[in-house]
Amino acid sequence: MQDSNSTDIVLRAKNFSAWYGEFQALHNITMNVPAKNVTALIGPSGCGKSTFLRWINRMNDMIAIAHCDGVLEIENKSILNKSIDVVALRRRVGMVFQKPNPFPKSIYDNVAFGPNLHYRLTRKQKDEIVEKSLTDAALWDEVKDRLKDSALGLSGGQQQRLCIARALAVSPDLLLMDEPASALDPRATAKIESLISQLKEDYTILIVTHNMQQAARVSQQTAFFYEGELIELSDTEQMFTNPTKEKTEDYISGRFG
Amino acid sequence: MSRLPRRSYKKKRMYNYLFATFCVIVTSLSVAALFTLIITIGIQGWHHLDIDLLQSYASRFPEKAGVKAAVWGTIWLCGICVFTAIPIGVATALYLEEFAKKNKITSAIDINISNLAGVPSIVYGIIGLTVFARMFGLFGTINDPLVEIGNPMTFFYFRLPFGSSLLVGGLTLALVVLPIIIVSSREAVRAVPSSLREASLALGASRWETVQKVVLPKAIPGILTGSILSVSRAIGEAAPILVIGGFLFIRFTPENVFDDFTAMPLQIFNWASRPQEEFHAVAASGIIVLLCVLLVFNSIAVLLRYRFQGKS
Amino acid sequence: MTGKEPSTTLCSNTSHQRGGRYLIWKKLIDRFARTVLGCAASVSIFTMVAIVIVLGTETYSFFQLEEVSVSDFFLGTEWSPLLGAQKHFGIWPLICGTLLVTLVASLISIPLGVISAIFLAEYAPPIVRNFFKPMLEILAGVPTVVYGFFALTVITPALQSIWSGIDFYNALSAGLAVGIMCIPIVCSISEDTIRSVPNSLREGAYALGGTKLDTSLKVVFPSALSGIVSACLLSIARAIGETMIVALAAGNLAQLTLNPGAQVQTMTAYMVQIFLGDTDAIGVEYKSSYAVAATLFVMTLSLTLIGAIVTKRYKEVYN
Repeated sequence: MQDSNSTDIVLRAKNFSAWYGEFQALHNITMNVPAKNVTALIGPSGCGKSTFLRWINRMNDMIAIAHCDGVLEIENKSILNKSIDVVALRRRVGMVFQKPNPFPKSIYDNVAFGPNLHYRLTRKQKDEIVEKSLTDAALWDEVKDRLKDSALGLSGGQQQRLCIARALAVSPDLLLMDEPASALDPRATAKIESLISQLKEDYTILIVTHNMQQAARVSQQTAFFYEGELIELSDTEQMFTNPTKEKTEDYISGRFG
Repeated sequence: MSRLPRRSYKKKRMYNYLFATFCVIVTSLSVAALFTLIITIGIQGWHHLDIDLLQSYASRFPEKAGVKAAVWGTIWLCGICVFTAIPIGVATALYLEEFAKKNKITSAIDINISNLAGVPSIVYGIIGLTVFARMFGLFGTINDPLVEIGNPMTFFYFRLPFGSSLLVGGLTLALVVLPIIIVSSREAVRAVPSSLREASLALGASRWETVQKVVLPKAIPGILTGSILSVSRAIGEAAPILVIGGFLFIRFTPENVFDDFTAMPLQIFNWASRPQEEFHAVAASGIIVLLCVLLVFNSIAVLLRYRFQGKS
Repeated sequence: MTGKEPSTTLCSNTSHQRGGRYLIWKKLIDRFARTVLGCAASVSIFTMVAIVIVLGTETYSFFQLEEVSVSDFFLGTEWSPLLGAQKHFGIWPLICGTLLVTLVASLISIPLGVISAIFLAEYAPPIVRNFFKPMLEILAGVPTVVYGFFALTVITPALQSIWSGIDFYNALSAGLAVGIMCIPIVCSISEDTIRSVPNSLREGAYALGGTKLDTSLKVVFPSALSGIVSACLLSIARAIGETMIVALAAGNLAQLTLNPGAQVQTMTAYMVQIFLGDTDAIGVEYKSSYAVAATLFVMTLSLTLIGAIVTKRYKEVYN
């Protein structure tokens, strides 16, 4: 593994399958997400990548017909039990969505929203957390003079970095990103990508992307999904230069997509 | 982060559950109020409810009092209101949605309509009185009209000023419900997909032809539903009728649109404001009759709505 | 939709004489239809103009009368136009009566309406919604005389058994009935606004570890605030303009009081008193009702205008 800071495994999936009612969206996924690395999930649309992501922070609980089977663990504890507190889980697993969704509140209140939910904080502690999160998200310099302004006044790229800052504010063990740059222009996308590369020093990131070049640029490990199955999982460099499975090679060389 | 004092997740779950329960209780309070209203009035008016009620006129004696004049008055008023308000309202909606350019004038009309919807109905009554009934005093007074054609005891009769008549009552009620009809008709017209309009125009149809043959047929169920609901609002209005001069003690059914009249809500108001308990019971029976009529109207509208939604 | 017709020159075939005349006829009908519809639309403008003119001129002629002075109207605290010798025309007792009833009504309709809206939009499963929504529609469809009767025959005796110091005609009874009547107004508009808050905001809140309570109160409710405020303003305007309930249950004593248990007279109840009576069209009492109506109109118009501005302004910012 290139540049891995530790060999800890944050997320472990073993024979994990998921359904929406009768339709099976995921078939026996087995993979590990190593700590302080960026793992990319690539594959054509509708192949289950986002579904997998949404099971990790149990967002699929809101869909009545969604159910699953198999093992899904974070730091060796299963997250699928009915008994675990979903609210506590979501403090440890953050999510950034495809389309930036800042709350119609001030920039400060957006970032402070998560910490306020989980901790009792003094004003000073909140200020520190907001500054650190915005700095980590490479947004602090741009907004430090207008923290009280509405978050909706920011540009698309800035809003997405705000959403990243908001997710980082509770220091999650795992950060899930569902195509975070697909709604942004190329310049903003480049900023997000360099941000992700920086973030891996401190955070573990699992990113879904339909843009292969993006996966090649930012991740250390890549998983290729096709029609709900994990076709291949390997180091990014190896997958893109020397894929072992034929389907992977077909996808990467653009024979379908 | 682990040094920071954590909030209790147990407490969060409890507050979550408590709030949901609180919401259910509060929402049920409204329904409880409704049931209390219906049941208490039903109890008060039940024993007086018989066919005589519908066949007798108002009387000084509560046992003999009936709603015949009021029912007929309401029917006439409804008819006049419907035939005035619906054409004007639907035409306005069509104009605003299909023909008018989106400029400052149209947005001024929009704001104007929503302001009209908020005007108290008694103010409409005053306008009806001044403009339609008394006509600013230009044609003599109400009791001494300047223009009179025909015999007031027959159907074919005309007078200026209109006086305290069914015509004025109907026109005033039409003003009251006009904003509502406009809003609901606009929504019905807006719901027609623009692809249909574009197809018709591309085939060479003029704007009016498109409206007449494509838009209107599709929008009619929605327009109908909205109109029925507006009319049921008009049936229940007493304040404008009172101002115009609906009389409280009418012992005949109307002969023509210029006749004196009363209406159900007004008759109920009259009985309810009397001190004697027996008249309160009569009022309660009158209310039951009125609510039944409204129930019929609203059920028709709801059935139409479901059928319309089922089709699309 | 610019109202332009498509060009018909490409389609017209001049070798068919009937075709050419037919198209001119079509164009004429189109023009005619447009004019007729435009006239219909102007009815709404004329209505507003008529209201302003009628109320304005009659109020002006009211103030021209000998017994009336403008300062007395706006600053005076006694309203006794039907007294023989010493007539007073201070509007404040009537406004006070109206506002007292409106205050009681709003204390009922706004909290109950908003909480019901949050419940129906965020918490209730479809079966529950399909039960409560028709109930609220029925509440909205009940004529106001019925509410007035309910206030007089049920609410007032109930209040009298709890609070012995209360007058028979009082503002509290009427206010409670008006409040119940206004609940559906607040609830349905608020519920529509809450439902139109995009789901992406809710998902963002859940993903950060919010409970349903956190999401509803800290994210959804503030996002829907402009629509909810507008709903409340509309409900207040409706309460101010309410006539039959107060005419039956609140009484006819125009006095300046903050006691909800006392008898009051609202602006609308005064107008009912005048129009039920036998005053002639030129007398000062008759004209005073126009002045009162003008005051009422200005109050409700301001509220509906503010409500429209609030929705328009804050809706854009939110999206």
